[in-house]
Amino acid sequence: MTDLWTLAVIVGLALVTVLTRGFFLISSQPWSLPPWALRALQYAPIAALSAVVVPEVVMTQGELIDTWRDARLFAASAGAAWYFWRGGVLGTILAGMAVYLPLRVGLGW
Amino acid sequence: MIFSRALRRQPAFVDGMRDMLPQAPGIAAWGLMTGVAIIKSGMSLSESLAMTLLVFAGSSQLASLPLIIAGAPAWVILATGFCVNLRFVVFSLHLRPHLMHLPLAQRLAHGYFTADITYVLFTQRFHDPGHTADERRAQEAYLAGNGLVNWCSWVGSGLVGVALANFIPTAWGLGFAGILCLVGILCSLASTRLRLLAAAIAGVVGVAAYALPLKLNIVAAIAVAVLIALSAEKLRPAARSPA
Repeated sequence: MTDLWTLAVIVGLALVTVLTRGFFLISSQPWSLPPWALRALQYAPIAALSAVVVPEVVMTQGELIDTWRDARLFAASAGAAWYFWRGGVLGTILAGMAVYLPLRVGLGW
Repeated sequence: MIFSRALRRQPAFVDGMRDMLPQAPGIAAWGLMTGVAIIKSGMSLSESLAMTLLVFAGSSQLASLPLIIAGAPAWVILATGFCVNLRFVVFSLHLRPHLMHLPLAQRLAHGYFTADITYVLFTQRFHDPGHTADERRAQEAYLAGNGLVNWCSWVGSGLVGVALANFIPTAWGLGFAGILCLVGILCSLASTRLRLLAAAIAGVVGVAAYALPLKLNIVAAIAVAVLIALSAEKLRPAARSPA
């Protein structure tokens, strides 16, 4: 089930890594982004993450879930709470999974 | 090449490695979970290995997974990866004066190996670009050594995650660890009120526009959130804050 399209996308993502990490290292001429673009840089990363994450937490099969008995809701909340309490991405994952696994494997939520 | 023997002989190369080592276990744990999430998302072994070995950017790896599985068009996946990676564009602006004396290929190689923690450690240690050739070379060696440890830790643990995840039942839903990882990164970016506003709007639009074809809900969410945040900046100039 490996297909060339997916591999091409993965290579594309690697090139995106090179492009973004090297963005201002490419041209040897002195230059800069227009001011509006520099300000947009403040918001685009968190907007992109949120647009990916929120549907993955509150939707199933393209529909908004209509129950609160969903392990993902509690796990994501626990992860975020951990982050603002103690900080650190690793702790966020562990706290979230500590809530997620019992609810999902134990209660079937 | 940026790992040439001449650079590896520099004391600063070892300094860079040593400064990264305390961070390596955290990176490795995160890389492990990312490897697990990648293969649990349903990607084949060779796709998972390619992603772990090549992309070297956790947030864009994880953010692209649901889109790849949903069969979103390549440009939407790449645009999402680009937006998630935009913080690196800011980093590269900061690194520019330190690296512009090098040829293009070496500058891009240094850029590729400079992820979040390497950037933070490098800019903490070197405030100004090197004044002499020796200083510039030492900075370059530090960056390369630091990035090398980071890369080994991330990629090595990612490969272990891909390998071990095959022995874990899919029913456990361990792939959700990837989403939790993105939740953590999202929280780390939520440093101002306007950024929180952008996140809230993007979340709502991402859900409301979910029925759009080709995963365009992501693109729509980013566009609407950025436009509203920029407008809100104009309304309340006092709320504007530095990066």
